[in-house]
Amino acid sequence: MNRSRTLMRFAILAVIFVGIAVALYNGFIKDKAVVQTGQPAPDFVLNTLQGEPLQLSDYRGKGVVLNFWGTWCQPCEAEMPDLENAYKKYQGQGVTVIGVNIRQPEVTVKPFVERYQLTFPIAMDRTNEITQLYEIGPIPTTYFIDKDGIVKKIVIGGPMSEETISENMKLIVPE
Amino acid sequence: MEDIKCQCGHANPVGTYICEACGNPIGEAVKDKDTVLDMRYEGAARRSQTYNKTIIDKIWNFFSSVKIAVYMIVIVLLASIIGTVFPQEMYIPVPKPANIYYSETYGTLGELYYLLGFHNMYTSWWYVSLLLMIGISLIVCSIDRIVPLYKALNKQRVRHNPNFLVRQKLTAQIEKPAQWNQTLDEIEEQLKKRRYSIKREGDALLAEKARFSRWGPYVNHVGLIVFLLGVLLRLVPGFYLDQYVWVRDGETKKVPDTHYYVKNDGFIIEYYADHEFPQDIGLGEGDKVVKTYKTHAVLYENLNHGLAGAEPKLEKVTEHEILVNHPLKYEDLQLFQAGQKPNALSALNMTLLNEKTGEEIGKFKIDLYNPLPEYPITADTKVQILEYFPDFEFTEDKKPITKSTNPDNPAFIVNTITPDNPGGEKSWIFLGSYLPAAGVDNLYGFKFSMPDLTNITGLMVRKDKSLPLIYFGCFVTMIGLIMGFYWQHRRIWIQTEGNIVYLAGHTNKNWFSLKNELKAVMDKVKVPVLLEEKGKGGKAS
Amino acid sequence: MIAVSGNLLLMAFISYVLSSIAFVLAVTGKRWSDRSPEQHTNRWGWIGFSIAVIGFLFQTGFIITRWIAGGHFPTSNMFEFMAFLAYSIILAFIVIFLVYRITVIGAFVMPVGIIMLAYASVFPREIQPLIPALQSYWLKIHVTTAALGEGAFAVGFAAGLMYLVRTVDQEKSTASTKWLEATLCMVLMLIGFIGTTTWFSSMGYQATFQVPVGTVTTEVVYTMPAIAGPQDATLVTEGVMKPWFETPSWMQGLNAARKLNTLIWSVLSGLVLYAIIRLIARRRLAQLIRPMVRDIEPETIDEISYRAIAIGFPIFTLGALIFAMIWAAEAWGRFWGWDPKEVWALITWLFYAAYLHLRLSKGWLGEKSAWLAVIGFIVVMITLVFVNLVIVGLHSYA
Repeated sequence: MNRSRTLMRFAILAVIFVGIAVALYNGFIKDKAVVQTGQPAPDFVLNTLQGEPLQLSDYRGKGVVLNFWGTWCQPCEAEMPDLENAYKKYQGQGVTVIGVNIRQPEVTVKPFVERYQLTFPIAMDRTNEITQLYEIGPIPTTYFIDKDGIVKKIVIGGPMSEETISENMKLIVPE
Repeated sequence: MEDIKCQCGHANPVGTYICEACGNPIGEAVKDKDTVLDMRYEGAARRSQTYNKTIIDKIWNFFSSVKIAVYMIVIVLLASIIGTVFPQEMYIPVPKPANIYYSETYGTLGELYYLLGFHNMYTSWWYVSLLLMIGISLIVCSIDRIVPLYKALNKQRVRHNPNFLVRQKLTAQIEKPAQWNQTLDEIEEQLKKRRYSIKREGDALLAEKARFSRWGPYVNHVGLIVFLLGVLLRLVPGFYLDQYVWVRDGETKKVPDTHYYVKNDGFIIEYYADHEFPQDIGLGEGDKVVKTYKTHAVLYENLNHGLAGAEPKLEKVTEHEILVNHPLKYEDLQLFQAGQKPNALSALNMTLLNEKTGEEIGKFKIDLYNPLPEYPITADTKVQILEYFPDFEFTEDKKPITKSTNPDNPAFIVNTITPDNPGGEKSWIFLGSYLPAAGVDNLYGFKFSMPDLTNITGLMVRKDKSLPLIYFGCFVTMIGLIMGFYWQHRRIWIQTEGNIVYLAGHTNKNWFSLKNELKAVMDKVKVPVLLEEKGKGGKAS
Repeated sequence: MIAVSGNLLLMAFISYVLSSIAFVLAVTGKRWSDRSPEQHTNRWGWIGFSIAVIGFLFQTGFIITRWIAGGHFPTSNMFEFMAFLAYSIILAFIVIFLVYRITVIGAFVMPVGIIMLAYASVFPREIQPLIPALQSYWLKIHVTTAALGEGAFAVGFAAGLMYLVRTVDQEKSTASTKWLEATLCMVLMLIGFIGTTTWFSSMGYQATFQVPVGTVTTEVVYTMPAIAGPQDATLVTEGVMKPWFETPSWMQGLNAARKLNTLIWSVLSGLVLYAIIRLIARRRLAQLIRPMVRDIEPETIDEISYRAIAIGFPIFTLGALIFAMIWAAEAWGRFWGWDPKEVWALITWLFYAAYLHLRLSKGWLGEKSAWLAVIGFIVVMITLVFVNLVIVGLHSYA
C-alpha cells in the first residue's frame, strides 16, 4: 500500500517535471535557428545584379560562400576586397562566393560593386525574404556551404580577416 | 504506522480525526472536548501527512502544503511589485541600452535594479520557476485532497456518535417533544422544499444541499493548471508566432515566417471633427484627437512557396478593414493594426533647369523605393543616378553612407548629360537642395516640387495556437470559482438519542444564512430551538 | 444632456452624504431617542438605506445620460472610472445590506463610496472622444466587471476596518492600535487630497514654472501652491508662494514634481486633520468611532468582510484578468504583456488568493483576516490610483 502510493506519487511528479523540462528546453535552450552548422542550407532563388536568376542548389558540387551584406554596413564594406581576392584564389578549386544584398535597389548596389570591382555574383534580395528565411541579425553574416549543400561554418559579424576567410574556405573545397 | 482504533471498533488510518465509521472524534481531536470539530476534508486523513519516508514523499509533501503554496504566492507577489518599481526593459521609453539607461535615469538604485536582473523580472529564470512551482503545487494539492474528500463525502452516514453532533459549530439539544416522529416528517418536508436532499435512517436525518460546491476550489485549480499548460505550450515551436511588417499604400509584402502576402490597399488616419466632440475639452490650436487607424488589407496565399525567393503565385484568400481592436483573422493568422508612419516620402518630384537662364528643361520623378539608373528628360538630355543613399549621413571621416534602407533622408549623386556637356556634370541631390559634386559651378540645377508621400502601416503578425486552451482554462477557473463561492455545501443532522433530540448544522461558508434557514424550519414546525454558533474564533471552514 | 448628467451625479453625491448621516445617526443616536434603541436603529437604518438606493438610482441616471451624450459608456477616463467604482461600492453595499440587514455597515461603507466619488471629481470631467485603442465593447465589459469586483472588495475593507475598530484593545498602545491609527490616517490623507485640490481649484490657483528640458524650456502649471518645485525651474507667476525645495533629480518626467507636490499636500493635510481630531478628542481616532460598532458581534462583521470578498473575488477574476486578457488579445495581439497595470491586477488577485487560502485552510479568522481585508483594498487603490498617476503604461488614461 505504502509502496504503491510512493510509486504513484513518483509517476505523477515525473510526468510533471518531464513535461516542464521539455517545454523549457524547447523554449529557452534549444537553438531554434533555421540554419545551423551541419544542416543543409535552405535553397532559394534570386535575381543577380545582372538580372539573371541564381538558385543556390545549382551550385551543388561546389563550395559556396554565402555573404549577406548591405552598402550601409561598414564591416561589410571592409571585408569586400578580401572576399574578392579569396574568390579569385579559390575559384579554380571549385569554391564560389555569392553576395546577397539586403533590400537595396540596383542604383545603390551597382556603383558599390563597381567601386570594389567585385566579380563574384551578387544576388538581390529586394523583398528581404531570404534575409528573413536565414534569420539574419547583424551583418555581415557569412555561411560556408560545402559541395553537398551542408553548412560547415557560420560567421556572424565582421569584417573577417583574410585568414578567417581562407581557413573557412578550405573547409568547403570539394575533394 | 498503526491505525487508530475507534471505540466503535473501526480502524482508521493515521491522521484521521473523525472516525470514518461512527463520526466520533478520535486521535488528536479528542483532547480538547469543548472546541469545534475541524471539518476540513471531513476529518479524513490527508494522504500527504501520513507518509513521509522517502525523498519522493518529501517532495510530494512540500508541494502539497498550503503553507508552502501561500509562501510561493507571496514571493511571486512581492517580486511582481518590485518589477513595477522601474519600467521593465521592454518598456524603456528611449532607445538606449539597458545597462546605461537604468543608472543614467534612476541613479544608484537604477543600477542595482539592473544588476540584480529586475529589469527583466517576469522572464527571469527564478520568477518563471516560481510560477511553475505554483503550478506543480496546484496539481499536487488537488490530488492530495480530492481523493480523501471524495471518499468521505461519498460514504457519509446518517447516524453519528452524539459527540460528533455536539461538537459541531452550529448545534442544539432539545428534549424530545411529543409526537416527534410526525414533526420530523414535517421537518423533512420543509427541508425538501428548501431543496435539501434527505437521507433517513429511522429517527436520524441527514439533509444536504449543494455538495457540488465542495468541488469548486478543485475545478478552479484544474482551470488554472490548464491555463498554465497553455502558456507552457507557447514555448513549443510553431505554437506561437510574433512578427511585424511595415507595408506602404498599394504595396504587397510577404508576411514574415508564413507563406502569405499582405497588400495595403490604403491606410487612413481619421481625426475627430469639431462637431464630434460632445463638449469642449480644451484642445489647443491644431491639436487633434485620432478617431481611426484603418488599413484596408488584402491577404494572399503564395501557392508557389516551395522555393524561397521564387516568383510568388498569389491567390487572394481574404480581405479586411483592419482597425485597432479589429484584427484580420485568417485561419490561425492574425494581423493587428499596430503602427503608423503617415506621410512618409515615396518619390521626389524635380525639374531640371538651366542655372543661368532659369529655363526649365523638363520634369522627372525619382521613386525612392525603386530608383531607375537613368531618367531621360529630352531627346539629348538625361539624368543618370550614380549613387543612392536612402537614409543619408556623413561618417566621421566625411564619407557618405546610408544608415538604413528606409528612404527617410534620401540623397543621390547624379550625372546630368546635356548637349552642352555630353560627358555629364555631377551633382548631389538632397531633400530640397542640391550641390555640384566636384566643387565647380554646374550649368544645370534642379527645382524641387512637393514630393510624393505615402502612408505606411505597421501590422503586427501573430499566431497563437494555445489561445483556445488558455481561454478554456479561464472558463474552467470561472466555473470553479462560481461553484465554490456562490454556493455553499450545507448539512443538517437531526438525531434522537433516548429523550434528547440532537440538532447540528455544518456549512463551508455563510453560517449566518444556514442558521437562519434552520431556525426558519424549526419555527415552521413550531419547535422552538435556541441555536448557538459555538466556539467562535475557532477554525471554521 | 451633459448638464443633466452632471446634476444627476451631484444629486447622487448629496444622497450618499445624507444616507451616511442617517446611518451614523442610526447607530449613535439610539441612546438619546425616545424609542427603544433597536427601533431607532432599524428606523434610521432603513431611512439611510432608502436614501442610498435613491442616490444609486440618480447615479444610474447619470451613467445613462452621460452614455447618451458621449456616445460611449462612461468608463473611459479616470473621472468616469472612479465614479463607476463609487457606484460599484454602493451596489455591493446594497447587496450586503439586504443579506445581513446590519445598519452599522452603512455608516462605514457609504463614506468609502463618497470618498471615491469625491476623488473622481478631482479629475477633468469633460467627455472625451474615444481614442482607437478604447473603441471596443470590451471597454464597458472589462472595466465594469473589474470595478464591480473592486466595489465588493471595498465593502470587505470597510467591514474589516469595523472589525478592527470593534476588537482592537484600546486600553493600551500596541502595534495593532498604531497600525489602525495609521490606516485611518491614510483615509484622512485621501480626504485631505480631495479637500485641498477642490479648495485650490475653486480659488483658481495657478503658479507657472519654466522648466528647462534639454535645450528647450517648457511650462509646468501648478494648481496648488508649490512646496516641491520642479528642478532648476523659475517661477513665472507673481505673488504666489515660492517652492520650499526642489524635486530630487531621480524623479523622472515633466510632471513628477507636480505629482510629488500633490502627494505632499495630501499627506500634510491628512496629518493636520488627524492632529486636530486627536487634540480635540484627546483620544485615538479608533477609540472615537468605537462606540458606533460596540453593539455588533465581531464574528458577524468578520463573516461580512469575508463574504464581500468571496462575492467579489470571482467577479474581479473575470473582469480584471480574464476579460482583460481577451481584450488585450483582440487589441494588441497578446493576452498578457506585463504592463504595470496588468501586473498590479495580478498582484491584487494573488493577494486575495493568499487571503482566501489563509482563511480557508490555515484558519486565519478575526483580526488577521480583517487586516488582510484592509491591506487588500489598499492594494486595489494602488492599482487604480498610484499605477495610473505614477507609473506610466498602456493604461495611463488620466
